[in-house]
Amino acid sequence: MWKKVYEWLDERLGLGDMYVNLLDRPEPRGNWWNTLGSASLFLFVMQGLTGIFLTVYYTPSPDHAYDSVQYIMEGVAFGWLIRGIHHWGATLMVLVVFIHMLRVFFTASFKYPRELTWLIGIGLLIMTLGMGFTGYLLPWNQRAFWATTVGTQIAGSVPFIGEFILKALRGGPDLSALTLQRFFSAHIWMLPAMLAGLIGIHLFLIIKHGESHFPSKED
Amino acid sequence: MSGSHEISRRDFIKVTTGIVGGVIGAAIGLPTIFYLIDPALKEGGKDIWVSIGKFEDMQIGVPYPFSFTRVQVNGWERTSNSFGGFAVRKSDKYEDLVILNSRCTHLSCTINWSEEGKVFLCPCHDASFGVEGEVIDGPPPRPLDKFTDFRMTEDGRIEILSKAG
Repeated sequence: MWKKVYEWLDERLGLGDMYVNLLDRPEPRGNWWNTLGSASLFLFVMQGLTGIFLTVYYTPSPDHAYDSVQYIMEGVAFGWLIRGIHHWGATLMVLVVFIHMLRVFFTASFKYPRELTWLIGIGLLIMTLGMGFTGYLLPWNQRAFWATTVGTQIAGSVPFIGEFILKALRGGPDLSALTLQRFFSAHIWMLPAMLAGLIGIHLFLIIKHGESHFPSKED
Repeated sequence: MSGSHEISRRDFIKVTTGIVGGVIGAAIGLPTIFYLIDPALKEGGKDIWVSIGKFEDMQIGVPYPFSFTRVQVNGWERTSNSFGGFAVRKSDKYEDLVILNSRCTHLSCTINWSEEGKVFLCPCHDASFGVEGEVIDGPPPRPLDKFTDFRMTEDGRIEILSKAG
């Protein structure tokens, strides 16, 4: 019975082809450094899931943000675990994405025909850092508040358009409820949507070109 | 283990991956379920006994006022609710006490005892209630609510049962 269902679906979706192309594609000889891209993807998915669960209790308002985070940590069953994974996963993701970039650089995997994969990868790295920057404000504690004050001030030191950038980031001249709300919006909607889209193109290009060989001594 | 060497390396990897993945999935999945349904598992407020005053301080015919507040906790928010009322003593037996809620049954304004008229007056719509809470005049649809569960402690204090919620 299941075989028939599978065959019906396979005929229309091409499941078998998908399996071969996505998961059973030929790879260069195994190397643990080549798994960092998959590790980044895994961390992205995990951050997405734990982040979705955090929004069940988190409230992005100056009146409630701090208390709701405290409530997640102390009042909700396993809230400490969900937030802990999200907190440490964020640090780990920046680290893994960065080492992934170093690996691509040192193995010269960014060369023809993979220049676009590299450029999109740069975008992914910057957006990962953006996720870290926007997420850091959300607990709305002293550290978050002053880190964002300083961070946005640094952005504001750009010549000529600095003040505009600062106001655009903060939603006004000072840190306020508007800052918290727009950082929240960027953190859970804009950046993840762009990340997901670019990850899709990144993966498409990797599957299209295949993975590069680990350079040998002759290279 | 005679048959163990017949498992191919590929099958061993498949089974091990399945088991390890299942354990990790359960270790993350079960806490997540509890995380989501946690508010439904929490106990709400409890029924508690509240002391309203000494029986000997209550004079026959003079309603004895009392008030107390209860704190309701929802998530990280605490809400104080105020309650008040009058204990009306009729005899030497505490069982004969009539303990009225001071919330008017019309629109929940707080009633006051009027010593001149010997009635409870509501400031909002001029309603008046008798000393045992019966409606004398005005728009209220029913007599004042009563605290029917009360007891006396060994040192002579009257306690009423404040229900949750």
